[in-house]
Amino acid sequence: MAWWFRRREGEGRSRKVVIAEGLWIKCEACREIVYRAEVERNARTCPKCRAPFRIGARERLELLLDPGSFEERDAGLRSQDPLGFKDTRRYRDRLRAAREKTGQEEAVVSGTGRIEGHQIAICVFEFAFMGGSMASAVGEKVTRAVEFAARKRLPLVIVSCSGGARMQEGILSLMQMAKTAAALHRLAEERVPYIAVLTDPTTGGVMASFASLGDIIVAEPKALIGFAGPRVIAETIRQPLPDGFQRSEFLLEHGMVDLVTERKELRELLRRILAFFAEPSALPLP
Amino acid sequence: MRDVLDFEKPLLEIEARLAELRQTGSPEEAARLEERLRRQQRKVFANLTPWQRVQLARHPRRPYTLDFIRLLMEDFVELHGDRAFGDDRAVVGGLARFEGQSVVVVGHQKGRDTREKILRNFGMPHPEGYRKALRLMKLAEKFGKPVVTFIDTPGAYPGIGAEERGQAEAIARNLREMTALGVPIVVLVTGEGGSGGALALGVGDRVLMLEHAVYSVISPEGCAAEILRLTAADLLKLGVIDRIVGEPPGGAHRDWEGTAEAVRGALRATLDELRTLGPDELVGQRYAKFRRIGVFEEAL
Ligand SMILES: [Zn+2]
Repeated sequence: MAWWFRRREGEGRSRKVVIAEGLWIKCEACREIVYRAEVERNARTCPKCRAPFRIGARERLELLLDPGSFEERDAGLRSQDPLGFKDTRRYRDRLRAAREKTGQEEAVVSGTGRIEGHQIAICVFEFAFMGGSMASAVGEKVTRAVEFAARKRLPLVIVSCSGGARMQEGILSLMQMAKTAAALHRLAEERVPYIAVLTDPTTGGVMASFASLGDIIVAEPKALIGFAGPRVIAETIRQPLPDGFQRSEFLLEHGMVDLVTERKELRELLRRILAFFAEPSALPLP
Repeated sequence: MRDVLDFEKPLLEIEARLAELRQTGSPEEAARLEERLRRQQRKVFANLTPWQRVQLARHPRRPYTLDFIRLLMEDFVELHGDRAFGDDRAVVGGLARFEGQSVVVVGHQKGRDTREKILRNFGMPHPEGYRKALRLMKLAEKFGKPVVTFIDTPGAYPGIGAEERGQAEAIARNLREMTALGVPIVVLVTGEGGSGGALALGVGDRVLMLEHAVYSVISPEGCAAEILRLTAADLLKLGVIDRIVGEPPGGAHRDWEGTAEAVRGALRATLDELRTLGPDELVGQRYAKFRRIGVFEEAL
């Protein structure tokens, strides 16, 4: 869970799209220079290596939901600074900078929307907001979304994109893992489906809580997914890591995700899953 | 002197002189020195920095889970394995009798010497450790026995096999299942509570913590300890733990029996309190307990 702690500012974004002004952009996954319009046509996916470029929460919502169907909830929920935290910078300053940079109050956006008419509750993580890290406010927003989904019996989709805990909130961040997991137990008792969508990266305390607890778990191709960060593992075992380690395809091979789906197929996949669950059960429930 | 922390040295020097005085000196002199020792001890322990507390929490002579089980419980039957992959020796657990009552006990286990440290993987579990723990907790639920967990780990092991076998999934599942287990769960943080690897045994109706234990979002090194707010007093203030269990003067590693007696009292009182609650009440209150944790603001 600590990989981001050792990370220098700006690291861990190796696959973020680098938008050179103009017609061409570089894919950080395969290092190829690719034609920008082609990337845009493919739901921001590299035409050469098929790695998806990282996208923000709003863009994700646009890609997944029926146009105009998103209604945001708990938009006013935001972090404080419970520990009075300061390392190289004050937490308060980091928060202010993140808000300015992203136009979001926090690292997750939540609400309701429709996918081909199926009403759902949805949370989407914003990596540009402090690495999508799990502050108290983030845990609270996710928990409220889960509780809302249980109350309204709305299928829940959570699109994760997070390095894990937010160190600046210390133990309070850690406890959000238990809080969100508890809410998901209640959702499960209500037999409301939860679909976890894992994108690059989903690691640490996010992966070790709600992101791992989907009835169905879908990953985007080549996403970094795991508990410990690759750097921490490499330092611990003092060996180079195998190729493809902790990438989506590796998790699929080891039975940790249900399927790996390309971004432009994701909406259709969710539609099918939602259609499956939308039918009232023909059999008596045990 | 082996296994002695810097700030303990002056205390141990006084102690050595005291032992000498008791042999050869006058009783008055010995009494004066003893008084000085107590004063010095109080002073040192009242002014520990967070990093010194981390060092204490990791003290190589601190009692570990199997020590607590031996000191506190009878008829312990250790149970092994996750019934899927293997037996993780970094987590121990089994059946035991505590104060005349059957309990299931689970905890992280560190090793004392090099051989055992390696066997116990320095108290850092793999997924099968967490899965064994959950298996035992489900056993407790099935037969209506309370669960006691002891937390003492630098964290879940960051390794290739651990990732291949779903470290994150194992932790997440424990969190979810522990929040809804229909029997009392009492958690005691005895040493190091290192991040998700600790929390995966740490969701309980009551979370107790030894006075010099630490509990944090990452395994703290050096100055990080100062800013993370990881001491028992900090955590009580933040609403993350329910009760601090005091340690004997000089810390748990100086007096295992005294520490065990303090834990015994706290554990008995906590279990007595929880015994009157039914499964629904327990689960409801546990949910509310974790639901509350966090600090944020809301603009309307
Ligand atoms: Zn590419």
